[in-house]
Amino acid sequence: MTERHKINVSKLNLFYGDNHALHDIEMTIESNTIAALIGPSGCGKSTFLRTLNRMNDLIDGVRITGSVAVDGQNVYGPETDIVSLRKRVGMVFQRPNPFPMSIYDNIAYGPRIHGTKKKAVLDEIVERSLRQAALWDEVKDRLNKSALGLSGGQQQRLCIARLLAVEPDVLLMDEPTSALDPISTLKVEELTQTLKERYTIIIVTHNMQQAARISDVTSFFLNGYLVETDKTDKIFTNPNDQRTEDYITGRFG
Amino acid sequence: MTSKQIDRIATAVLWLAGILIIALLGWFLIRILGDGLPQLSWKFITSKPQEISAGGGVGPQLFNSFYILFLSLLLSLPIGMGAGIYLAVYAKKNGFTDLIRISVEALSSVPSIVFGLFGYLLFANLFGWKFSILGGACTLALLNLPVLVRVTEEGIRAVPASYWEASLALGSTKWQAIRKVLVPAALPTIITGITLTSGRALGESAILIYTAGLSVSRMFPDFNPMKIGETLSVHLWYVQSEALVPDAKQIAQGSAALLLIVVLVFNLLIGIPSRILQKRLTGGK
Amino acid sequence: MNSYVDKLDEKSASGRAAWKPSRWMNMQNKADATMRYVFIISAALVAAVIFSIIVFVGMQGVKTFAGVSPWEFFFSTDWTPSAGKFGAFPFLFSTVVLTLLSVVFALPLALAGAIFTAKIAPNWMREILRPATDLFVGIPSVVYGLIGLTVIVPFIGKVVKGTGYGILPAAIILAIMIMPTILSISEDAIRSLPGRLEEASLALGATRWQTIWKVLLPAARPGILTAVILGMGRAMGETMAVFMVIGNSPQMPKSLISSTTVLTTAIVKDMGNTNYGSTWNNALFLMALLLLVISLLLILIIRVVARRSELK
Repeated sequence: MTERHKINVSKLNLFYGDNHALHDIEMTIESNTIAALIGPSGCGKSTFLRTLNRMNDLIDGVRITGSVAVDGQNVYGPETDIVSLRKRVGMVFQRPNPFPMSIYDNIAYGPRIHGTKKKAVLDEIVERSLRQAALWDEVKDRLNKSALGLSGGQQQRLCIARLLAVEPDVLLMDEPTSALDPISTLKVEELTQTLKERYTIIIVTHNMQQAARISDVTSFFLNGYLVETDKTDKIFTNPNDQRTEDYITGRFG
Repeated sequence: MTSKQIDRIATAVLWLAGILIIALLGWFLIRILGDGLPQLSWKFITSKPQEISAGGGVGPQLFNSFYILFLSLLLSLPIGMGAGIYLAVYAKKNGFTDLIRISVEALSSVPSIVFGLFGYLLFANLFGWKFSILGGACTLALLNLPVLVRVTEEGIRAVPASYWEASLALGSTKWQAIRKVLVPAALPTIITGITLTSGRALGESAILIYTAGLSVSRMFPDFNPMKIGETLSVHLWYVQSEALVPDAKQIAQGSAALLLIVVLVFNLLIGIPSRILQKRLTGGK
Repeated sequence: MNSYVDKLDEKSASGRAAWKPSRWMNMQNKADATMRYVFIISAALVAAVIFSIIVFVGMQGVKTFAGVSPWEFFFSTDWTPSAGKFGAFPFLFSTVVLTLLSVVFALPLALAGAIFTAKIAPNWMREILRPATDLFVGIPSVVYGLIGLTVIVPFIGKVVKGTGYGILPAAIILAIMIMPTILSISEDAIRSLPGRLEEASLALGATRWQTIWKVLLPAARPGILTAVILGMGRAMGETMAVFMVIGNSPQMPKSLISSTTVLTTAIVKDMGNTNYGSTWNNALFLMALLLLVISLLLILIIRVVARRSELK
């Protein structure tokens, strides 16, 4: 049965040294959905997101128990190649973080590190990825200019395009619009709706309207516990848990 | 005297100190260049030195200075950058890391004459290289090492952590992220450090007297690294204190001016490559 | 139902295939592991270098005591190697005097310069002072030596009607050489003080000078101390500039303007005349060992100073 879920998390615990940051998280996420993770800051939603592509491995003193499976494969299994995992499960960060290179080189970075060398192939990937990220028309005349010259919103879409270029099938987004203005935010939100057709997207957001607007399912985190997961409209209209309701109606956080 | 008057006097004294420092440097430059520039000629810069008669040049010495510098960088750059990358990227808080840090600090405090004796002992005697360009370069590499470690570490630490995360999240290995993102982004700092070290290495003499030697090959230019290879700074000291040529003073002054010009050029160059790189990286912003 | 399961299986199978690293990735992973070792080995090499310097120079130096007693080496003032006399006390003594004197000469100007650059100089002046300080550091020591030899020694000679060689000209030259080191580190220390210190003092009605003298300088003391120690290290280890102005007689200095020898210049002067393995040669290594040990001690002191100021 577990095979049916795109992502299957069970009994996941995470410790920073003595700090027990995530408690017995259980979650399943289906293909081609957008799952939103909400909760007050420090609730563990970003930490949880980073367990899905093992970005927490970069931090000293992190210990993880339990299992995370993507397509039925344990992410923390001993045979798992971390590089292959991150290629499949890509990540967009809170602040746009393009490399200090040209727009073209930013997009081509992923394919290149994964062994694509032919110029023609790279050209094609760059164009396709930028089109998917709805950025092509804005940058097609300046592909060789530095990516740092783009606006914040363009940079974030560039980072999404850079990620799409490695052909992942799960996209993790860690508050991708928190550093953007409203118009750029809208563009990124629209983008997620088109990307959903081909990818599974998990998005951490501090903005409840955003979660309500774009996601299919929503999970509410509090103090390192997953309080509940349900269809988004259910969560926002009639949540099962009193704490969820309190948070959504703005009684705390 | 009121405190306001004291304040005014103190300010005046401090201004005086600032001006004195600049004046001192100005006087130095004028003195060295004023005495030395008239001695400089194409012939002086390119011809071979004389043992007893006047009119010798410093061509081989100038060549050796740059040749030894080049070889020493060839040796110290990979190790220095490697150790710097280790400290910036891999080092955990443990005894090994502490040991490396103390070693870098200790190495940067070793007096150059001690490096010189070590090189004499190891390269000239134990390895049997005698006084050689290679021995000088190896010893000089030890002097460069701590500076290179430090600038590499600083340069890489100054690169935003988000670049590193972004690269790994795209599925790069650490080495790919280092090679393609961290080192290129840190390059301006690293190049500045290399220029700084080079300037210092070109002026270095105590290290080279008993490793590279006090005379030059009969051929010029001689690329054989096993040949004896006196450098320009060593030559300046040598003619001033030991040489028999009658125009020792002129040669010393000319060499000093030449050395100073080289150092000035390196100091001026320091900013340029990194500024160009910075511009390229940030798209002119 | 069947077809749905089939599809799923197909999907997970393709998924599974992608989990296995490709040949390219295997190669990259291998390169990654190799490079990690390369970096560790580079770092270990740096440690190996300093240790082999200590061991090699130390072993060669300690051999001296086969021919000379430590008592004679450290306390006798008779350095006549041809007669088998190896008293290095004059070199030690002159080294200490020269180092201290040059710091004393350098400190006032360096501190004044540091305060000036950090707190008083307008921007355009700072733009001149910073590169000027860097350039001072960049001038080769033989060039300093040449200035000492052609300007300072004759000047002193004329004033006191002597040769002009000795500790005094050496200390003047060294003071100029270490001044920029002390200046720039002290300046960093003063500038990195939190702005609230200065604001608090100025708000109490103190003048700028009172603020600098009573608040900023005491607060920057650990940094200034580090600067002075580094300057001392540099003065003690300097060889060529000193060689050209100190006279190089192997004797106790009768005054600040009489010819004498310090540890570094003794090594340079005698190295060429001695055979490798002789007591004389070994004694030079012992002097190098002393220099090495003292500079390592200075580094240790700096660490202690830094740790103490952190604790505060």
